[in-house]
Amino acid sequence: MTLTMGKPLRFAFGEAIAELGHHNDRIVVMDGDLGSSTGADIFEKAHPDRFFQMGIAEQNLFGAAAGMASVGLIPFVSTFACFAVARALDSVRVLIAQPEMNVKITGGYAGLLAGMTGKTHLMFDDVAIMRALGHMVVVAPADEIETRQAVAALVDYEGPAYIRLTRPATPILFGDDYQFQLGKVTTVRKGSDVTVFSTGVHTTRVFEAAEQLAGEGIDVHLVHVPTIKPLDVEGIIAAAEKTGLVVTAEEHTIIGGLGGAVSETLGEHRPTLMKRLGLADTFGESGPDDALLEKYGISVSQTADDIKAFVDSQAR
Amino acid sequence: MSGSTLATTPDVDELRDLARQGRAHIIRSIATAHGGHLGGPLSAIDMLVALYFRVLKVRPEEPDWPDRDRFILSKGHSSIALYTALALRGYFPVDELTTFDAIDSRLQGHPDMTSTPGVDMSSGSLGLGFSGGLGIALGAKHLGKDFKTYVMLGDGECNEGIVWEAAHVAPRYQLDNLVAIIDHNKLQQFGWHGESLAERLPPYTGTELVDRWSAFGWEVLEMDGHDMESILETMAKSDKTNGQPKAIIAHTVKGKGVSYMENDFTWHSRVPTDDELATAMRELGEESR
Repeated sequence: MTLTMGKPLRFAFGEAIAELGHHNDRIVVMDGDLGSSTGADIFEKAHPDRFFQMGIAEQNLFGAAAGMASVGLIPFVSTFACFAVARALDSVRVLIAQPEMNVKITGGYAGLLAGMTGKTHLMFDDVAIMRALGHMVVVAPADEIETRQAVAALVDYEGPAYIRLTRPATPILFGDDYQFQLGKVTTVRKGSDVTVFSTGVHTTRVFEAAEQLAGEGIDVHLVHVPTIKPLDVEGIIAAAEKTGLVVTAEEHTIIGGLGGAVSETLGEHRPTLMKRLGLADTFGESGPDDALLEKYGISVSQTADDIKAFVDSQAR
Repeated sequence: MSGSTLATTPDVDELRDLARQGRAHIIRSIATAHGGHLGGPLSAIDMLVALYFRVLKVRPEEPDWPDRDRFILSKGHSSIALYTALALRGYFPVDELTTFDAIDSRLQGHPDMTSTPGVDMSSGSLGLGFSGGLGIALGAKHLGKDFKTYVMLGDGECNEGIVWEAAHVAPRYQLDNLVAIIDHNKLQQFGWHGESLAERLPPYTGTELVDRWSAFGWEVLEMDGHDMESILETMAKSDKTNGQPKAIIAHTVKGKGVSYMENDFTWHSRVPTDDELATAMRELGEESR
């Protein structure tokens, strides 16, 4: 089964926040001079009086967002994930996370696929870093449907949050009847041989890998984890118990992201043999999307092969 | 409606005495805590007393009053001076100052807006408080609120890049509701050395700070940060809606008020001995308690 191609999450975010802005005048968008890339320009067109250009200065972008939140506004701060997480980390940590400011950090161009930009911009350790910050909620939606709902949920949620948004067009995984719940996992595909947890847009690739594996006699139980923090501990344990064999898969390094979060949880509550799939302990480089997915080992076919190899190794 | 809760507004002589008492509280608190900073708090305390007793529209009994003027101590390591001004103004008991830096105290080493009544923005990593203040002023303009936001920075703090990131943005949004007060005490913690290693150079000399803030589009005023009349006069001048943010370069002395601390960079953060404490209290017209 092949999924229908949908919009990039960044545009789904832009459309969603512009629409939500019509119903809530506390929503403002603050931009670090990347609005024409991140989808924030859609909000500027709809609400020019609530769009604040802050220039190419990310430390101040996030510090000022804390100030805006302290007077009751709900700032959605828009920049690339690399600048939000790495460059502005001190502002985010001291002025947003610790005092629990109601600031929503939208990390555009997160992950491996950031349009021929290379090591500076490819940010695939963002989840690990943001997850380690006290009070910070971390969300990674899979497709445009879930992105719209997650953005709405973050407007309603009072507190600091990071949402991972990606650049390329992404297949549509969920139907119109899908209901995103902050802090809950969702079962994408029921199976009996191996439980695979995945997050973000990578779930669409893992879904295609699972469909491929069905033809090879491996029945994947696929669970999407859109909220990496707070983690749905009960949901993770229950899904692991379905098969007793766990794989995590993500467009992120295998250090400290979803794989780390699931390992910590199962290690404490239900020790389970696991395989973490994702990027190695490395940095990125320039290249077309397909070539990057292949070279860094997280394409659909490589994911299917890796899951199969792990299942086979346990069957012996 | 006025924000003041005092039955009487202290005159200049009374402000001077409040600052004198404040200095004694600051030094006793650092001695009790066996840690903290002294040079910066002593350069800032006159201005803090003037702000909290005569300038800011605030309600100590309602610290979160939405329309209050905001004050942010961006040079957060001088927190004991802010806590002293807040205590003298009635936000919490003056006796609580002796809990500074103790475990479970509301008075943290660096200001924490989640723990201390009257602290409008956390600070301590230099430059961040100023950036937060910019956001408050921007938000206030957007919401049509007419309260003002005052931020105090150190002159050494002006080394931080984020200060100039924020300074660049304020004039773009015509934030005439934002006042930056730069405590120009001419010493940072360690700084660059002069002729000898014992001599430490000022972070900025001559008109450098005036020139820099002016170049960024701010209206720049100067005052003597230890002269109550100069402080009140300059604060009044800064209160105008002309579309420009205001920077006040406050000429001060690090360690002001205690002879052996003045202009000595080693008193940036140092704990006085019992003898030093007694001398300081004598100089401030107080007996050591």
